[in-house]
Amino acid sequence: MDETTQDERTLDANAVAGMLEEVFGADMTVADSKCGGCGREAEVGTLLAYTNAPGVVVRCPTCSTVMLRMVETPRGTLIEAKGLAYIRITR
Amino acid sequence: MRSFTLQLPNWTPHRPGQHYDLRLTAADGYSVQRSYSIASGPEREGEIEITVERVADGEISPFLHDVAVIGDRIEVRGPIGGYFVWQAALGGPLLLVAGGSGIVPLMAMIRHRAATSPRPATRLLYSSRTPEDIIYADELRELAARGDGLEVLHTLTRSQPAGWTGYARRIDDAMLAEARPVGGAPLVYICGPTPLVEGAANGLVRIGVPAQRIRTERFGPSGK
Repeated sequence: MDETTQDERTLDANAVAGMLEEVFGADMTVADSKCGGCGREAEVGTLLAYTNAPGVVVRCPTCSTVMLRMVETPRGTLIEAKGLAYIRITR
Repeated sequence: MRSFTLQLPNWTPHRPGQHYDLRLTAADGYSVQRSYSIASGPEREGEIEITVERVADGEISPFLHDVAVIGDRIEVRGPIGGYFVWQAALGGPLLLVAGGSGIVPLMAMIRHRAATSPRPATRLLYSSRTPEDIIYADELRELAARGDGLEVLHTLTRSQPAGWTGYARRIDDAMLAEARPVGGAPLVYICGPTPLVEGAANGLVRIGVPAQRIRTERFGPSGK
């Protein structure tokens, strides 16, 4: 658990697990991740998700770095992940 | 609050704590999707139960509550999520902390536990506003009365009935210390609104529960 400031709109990445699974083809909530901002390493299920927007924003619970942004557009699914150092999909 | 049973033509047993995505698509192609935790245990073959709060300005819950009739077909995807799950093989002791509708995925764990053997010592600390807001009240009372190691502790934060002997305040460290089951570091699952989840998780770490034994799920105003 990390001390951080959140509001009622904050969810876990678990809430966007369906969308993640569609994109990556695996359950991503148990995948390991590393934050590109502070280096925190933890399962994707521990990350924070914000869904009150046209897309989905996934942030680091420690430093609030935006790790992943996903939005479905008429042309396809756009994924921006410059705040993500790595993601390891468990076999 | 209302529970709905969905019969699934391609049913696969879920792990308690998982959810399904429900999708509704209008004739013009407009589509909306929400996640709902599974309330039933995986022992119920071929179907799942979801418990849904009617959100006045919601897009899926008013349909389920007001429009859907028995026999309607709904598009679903799942079961989803492997992080916030408990299965009998993970053992215990278990501490489940629920706030409001956050009880739903924990109920799947409690029902699964009741169907397995041996059953780990389990405490449920359940925060509701009023007695009327307690979901599954009768079933929880019956399961606790079996005396097989499940204890249910309620706290009512807004109004309490006459003669109430449970807690009557928001979850705090003293309450968590009393709710903590005896016998080793508990496996903890916390589900509810973000402030409750954060408060309970941080409080448990303060009273010495290892952070890696704590799993959390934040419920938004419209379900997950």
